Amino acid sequence: MNELENNILELKDVSMIYGAGGQVKALQNINLTVVQGEWLAIMGPSGSGKTTMMNIIGCMDRPTSGAVILDGQDITKLSPRALTAIRRDKIGLIFQQFHLIPYLTALENVMVAQYYHSMIDEAEALQALTRVGLQDRAKHLPRQLSGGEQQRVCIARALINYPKLILADEPTGNLDEANEKIVLDLLRRLHAEGSTIIVVTHAPEVGEHAEKTIFLEHGRVVKTTRNR
Amino acid sequence: MTKRQMYMKMLLSSLLRRRSRMTVALLAIAIGATVLLGMMTITYDIPRQMGREFRSYGANMVFVASGKDAMLKLTDVEKAAALLPQESLLGVAPYRYEAVRSNMQPYTVAGTLFDQVKKTSPYWNVEGGWPSEENELLIGSDVAEFTRLAPGNTMTITGRDARQRRFNREMTISGVVRTGSVEDGFLFMRLDTMERLTGRSGEAEVVEVSIAANEAELSALAARIRERVPGITPRLVKRVTQSETSVLSKLQALVTLVTLVVLVLTMICVATTMMTVVMERRKEIGLKKAIGAENRSIVAEFLGEGLCLAILGGLLGVVFGWGFAQTISMNVFGRSITFNFALVPVTILTSVVVTAAACLIPVRRATDVEPALVLRGE
Repeated sequence: MNELENNILELKDVSMIYGAGGQVKALQNINLTVVQGEWLAIMGPSGSGKTTMMNIIGCMDRPTSGAVILDGQDITKLSPRALTAIRRDKIGLIFQQFHLIPYLTALENVMVAQYYHSMIDEAEALQALTRVGLQDRAKHLPRQLSGGEQQRVCIARALINYPKLILADEPTGNLDEANEKIVLDLLRRLHAEGSTIIVVTHAPEVGEHAEKTIFLEHGRVVKTTRNR
Repeated sequence: MTKRQMYMKMLLSSLLRRRSRMTVALLAIAIGATVLLGMMTITYDIPRQMGREFRSYGANMVFVASGKDAMLKLTDVEKAAALLPQESLLGVAPYRYEAVRSNMQPYTVAGTLFDQVKKTSPYWNVEGGWPSEENELLIGSDVAEFTRLAPGNTMTITGRDARQRRFNREMTISGVVRTGSVEDGFLFMRLDTMERLTGRSGEAEVVEVSIAANEAELSALAARIRERVPGITPRLVKRVTQSETSVLSKLQALVTLVTLVVLVLTMICVATTMMTVVMERRKEIGLKKAIGAENRSIVAEFLGEGLCLAILGGLLGVVFGWGFAQTISMNVFGRSITFNFALVPVTILTSVVVTAAACLIPVRRATDVEPALVLRGE
């Protein structure tokens, strides 16, 4: 398999400009390649374009120009409905604020992703919770879980449909040190199992776990480092 | 677990675990349904309630003899009365008039059935008592004033029987009647007393009938009597029936208008509540869309919640609406309401339609929520 075939994500000259007169250039001519099984960290100060880039990679927004190739498919011209299908089938999202549905239990929160994807498999959802060490908390509502536990439910939900790409937005941003370690260990384990992970973060200690880190400033990639 | 079971699970969890907000929406629907059912029950029952109320203003149908006959046969009257709906028939009062004299003054005396007069003309104001004995007389207030007679006094009347023989009878005045109409100048006695005095029986000149029915129903009944009992010509008392119809239709129009206003207010209330629910749940909607929910799934979830609330609110409305209508009926008409069970599905269906209509804008807003907002930490 050559490297081109092994690429899970490619950004070619991607720009994102907001405002009628093009006043806000959130991203400018970004070129990026992520190979299957790679762990990439996107770092940068506030307003550097991290979230815009995350939205574009996560099929929640389309760039003003350039091409985004995800799993061999150019997603820049796709309809919102087609983008929804790609999010559902190929991307697992982990959020800084967990975003669990408050009236559903931990297990049901995982099953919701199955519900929108295809079939419900309670045993598999429970297995996903077991994988993140929360089998005993399956019947608990989000408000009955700690921040770290909620984030682990969020990870279980992201993994349940076997996504090609895991996108994590500040996954440890709301966690204490102990929970940060648990979550990073989980991501490390997923990466070791072959998952492709893209993490957006402010925190250098999170970024240093990635194989590759890109630094954004004013919508441009100013530095790329390989950590290992 | 199937997808349908998961859908129901999500729906019920959302309703049961977010009780406070859902209670507000449920209350809005239940109050609307309560007023709707109450108003519809009253609208439906107004003709019955008001019909009975109107009957206190006098008879709404009279029987007179057909053709050249001056007198009605009471056997024909019985036949005609049997053709009327017995549950709506309040009273049938025959009147037979004779000319008499008392102290050289001419009077008209009417022979009637007083127990029926009490029903057909409940507005008669009687001072003293109604005649109960054979030789008792009820005199009009004008006669009482003219003769200076009062209850307990006697009055001697003279007249001629069927064979033109003179009769003379001293009668005791049981009471004085005041109606504000021609009755104030008449004398009244029991019909059997008059029949005995005149030696002629089984006849009446006019029969007053009081039926709880509207103008159309009365016309249909009159046509039926005209066809089946040729000796009788039934006539509607137009001034009564037409004012009844007019007042009833105005009242029903007013209640219908109030019901419509309540429905619109309910719709606004439910729409506002659902709008708040959508605003509060923007993140949840964004999340669902981010993890792959189609717009139709979001619509199905919100409409499903709305539908559950509408059915529950409609059922509550049926129970409370019945109580509401009953309270109004007891306080306004002094009578119990007749519950129309056909209004139950109508109320629930209306609640569902109004809630669905009220949910349209909020649900459309829900589908407009961008999934990206969950990443912005808004």
